[in-house]
Amino acid sequence: MSATLAFLGDFGDAFDYIFNSRESEAGGARVGGSELLPLLWTHLKVTGVAMAIAIAIALPVGLALGHSGRGAFATISVSNVGRAVPSIALIAFFVAFFPSTPEFWNVAVALALLAIPPILTNAYVGVRQVSRDAVDAARGMGMSSIQIVRSVELPLALPLIFGGIKTSTVNVIATATIAPLVGVLTLGDPIISGTVHGRAGQIGASIVVAALAVFAELGLSAVQRAVTPTGVKLERGASARAPRLGTLKRRIQTVP
Amino acid sequence: MTTANTAQTEGPSASHEAASLEFREATKQYPGADRPAVDGLTLEVPAGEICVLVGPSGCGKTTAMRMVNRMLDITRGDILVAGRSVRDRDEAELRRHVGYVIQQVGLFPHRTISENIATVPKLLGWDKRRIAARVEELLDLIGLPADMGRRYPAQLSGGQRQRVGVARALAADPPVMLMDEPFGAIDPINRERLQNEFLRLQAELRKTIVFVTHDIDEAIKMGDRIAVLQQGGVLAQYAPPAELLMFPANPFVEDFVGADRALKRLALQRVRDVDLWTAPLVRAGEPVSEARAKLASSEVPYALLVDDDDRPLGWLSDRALTGERVSAELMSTPEPMVELDDVLRDALSDLLAHQVQYGPVLDHQGRVVGVLSIELLADAIAEPPEGE
Amino acid sequence: MSELFAQLQRRDRSGEDCVSENGICPDWIVDNLDRYVDPFWDHVYLTLTSVAIGFAIAFGLALLAHRRRWLVAPIVQVTGILYTLPSVAVFFLLLPLTGRGNTTAIIALVAYSLLILFRNVIAGFDNVPAESKDAGRGMGLTENQLLWRVELPLALPEIMAGLRIAATTTVGLAALAFLAGAGGLGAALFADINFRSNVLVAGGLAVLLAVALDLMILAFQWAITPWLRAAT
Repeated sequence: MSATLAFLGDFGDAFDYIFNSRESEAGGARVGGSELLPLLWTHLKVTGVAMAIAIAIALPVGLALGHSGRGAFATISVSNVGRAVPSIALIAFFVAFFPSTPEFWNVAVALALLAIPPILTNAYVGVRQVSRDAVDAARGMGMSSIQIVRSVELPLALPLIFGGIKTSTVNVIATATIAPLVGVLTLGDPIISGTVHGRAGQIGASIVVAALAVFAELGLSAVQRAVTPTGVKLERGASARAPRLGTLKRRIQTVP
Repeated sequence: MTTANTAQTEGPSASHEAASLEFREATKQYPGADRPAVDGLTLEVPAGEICVLVGPSGCGKTTAMRMVNRMLDITRGDILVAGRSVRDRDEAELRRHVGYVIQQVGLFPHRTISENIATVPKLLGWDKRRIAARVEELLDLIGLPADMGRRYPAQLSGGQRQRVGVARALAADPPVMLMDEPFGAIDPINRERLQNEFLRLQAELRKTIVFVTHDIDEAIKMGDRIAVLQQGGVLAQYAPPAELLMFPANPFVEDFVGADRALKRLALQRVRDVDLWTAPLVRAGEPVSEARAKLASSEVPYALLVDDDDRPLGWLSDRALTGERVSAELMSTPEPMVELDDVLRDALSDLLAHQVQYGPVLDHQGRVVGVLSIELLADAIAEPPEGE
Repeated sequence: MSELFAQLQRRDRSGEDCVSENGICPDWIVDNLDRYVDPFWDHVYLTLTSVAIGFAIAFGLALLAHRRRWLVAPIVQVTGILYTLPSVAVFFLLLPLTGRGNTTAIIALVAYSLLILFRNVIAGFDNVPAESKDAGRGMGLTENQLLWRVELPLALPEIMAGLRIAATTTVGLAALAFLAGAGGLGAALFADINFRSNVLVAGGLAVLLAVALDLMILAFQWAITPWLRAAT
């Protein structure tokens, strides 16, 4: 009983922390409430930079490989290895091996590397699964490779591509939470510096980070739906559960 | 024709004779549909016969077949196997005693050929030795080497997989078999081979079979009796193939069988069934007078040169029959040579392809036993076939 | 978190040039390898336990949803939310309930893996050829026999693929378990986050563990699917 009250109390306190600033545990500083805004801003900044770098690298490469059909093995390997590297190890690696670079950029690059595999995989598979007939017809009509990518493959691959971007974004938001461990103060700071922000801070910041992730997921899902060409939506409805990717899907797993 | 037969005994030790099959006003109505998919189908299949269900797509032939082993529930009416209603029996238990062959075969990719074939015997609880012996027997029956049993379906060709599908259905020696376009997915050349092999098997095993196809030619070739179904699962005619071809019951059947049904009838007869013309056989060096006598008494206008064993060497020109003795001056080669067992339709097609009117008929040793002509074939088309 | 900062010990680096230069020092690594043993096995324990529990739950849900298709969408929604929530946040949201330690970490790791595992088991079932199921039913297999003798073996490749992904991502996430008060290689790494040799060894061990698990599951899959081997 007392545990339940304490539980409610913790959460109640956490909500208070989110909306109202207060004195820090050790005294002498203001935390919580509007003090969270700079942390939020850093969080968003580092996420944005990391995603920009990742998309700039992974998307063209994924599209090119998907169009030519080569590099399946490389793509699989990248996505496998990418999953195996712990995020904190990657961040620590950059910080340890490039101590002269500002931490913000170390973290941003590390996060970008983490974000690349899902975007690369999904772009590759997205292009591959575009109907070969449509591409053939386009080629037969005299479109160049770039035109084919731009007007046929890219639009039809957009839903999967956005799926990859969505997953990467959520992953990066989650990982940016531990950036304070190396000095980049994101929303993870209250979580990690419990002594300063107290339990309310830890839980409160957790709620904010979780909300941010969910918000990003929902928002990007909406974008994903919006960029799905209407024709594709209709086709999807008709062949509801048909696994269209066949053996390709088995070897390369797309992200949700 | 044997009538309703041995009731199916459960258990591995029973020897299974074919059972009769009866559709009694069998109806399948899907909820919400305004017409039944199968409408009051009534017909009897005597034990040991092949009944072909044929018709255009949507006529309910597959639906009717799948009602026999209750893959689809019967809305109204009944289906009896060896006199017992299929509705009385437990579904899974019924199906273990009905052979089931579908177009895409549906072999289990994760099991070896032997394991696939052994599926139903295992379900029925046969002991290992009996199963192994049965699998070996079946592989031999379908013409596959014994070591194929260890392979997986992915390693076999389409035709081989089809044969394994048939073997799998035969494994527990069921009294009744259901076959849904079993040869439909095979290329035409191999399809003909598989059909012939299956007919050969059936001559040995004499199972009661319900065979579904959309191909009227396959129906005529395979069926002892043919049930033509119209749209909406209505039975248009149920008759042996010759009767179907000669006396179609209504315009639909007539149309479905095709305008060339007279020619189709030629598929039902063999060369041996025809009264062949006597062949005027002549040997080199024979007295010309004898040769001319033979020619006069035959309807064939040209003499056929043969060797000492009566094997054909070619047709003789008139010039070869001048002078004292027959010379070996050929007008043309003896092709096409037709065999006694050939089906008339193929023989006609050979004659036409070579653009000749006459062809020598050979027995199994290659000796000439008569001559087949286009004229004889035309007569065969016009007349009812013997024995019907 | 004070305990964590207390762990931030400056390792004794005196006397070694390589170490004081903050280089990659094979000697140091060899000498200090034993300090990674416990974290490594902690990490293995966290990963295997989480994946095992996650798989058990996801598999059970998939069996349930296999016959009742309408359940698939809601389950995907719920597991999707669990997947989206950052694990670090989950660690601390669970704090009031389960406190610090392995339990909290495992709950969070399990929650994360559910979507991937569930989705893959369902996809595996969906990929079973329809004609094999039809033929199986037609021959007299009951629905249960069909499930265990035909559908599951044929769904294995997809299921194993899901397990591989779940295992490797869990290894990565478990590196953060130290924030929840559990052990693991993350703790070892964070203890001296600026020392290159340490980062390399701790991080490297995690990657090796992930790759090893991936290959072991793959080998297992290869071993129990002889029909796929025969086809190549």
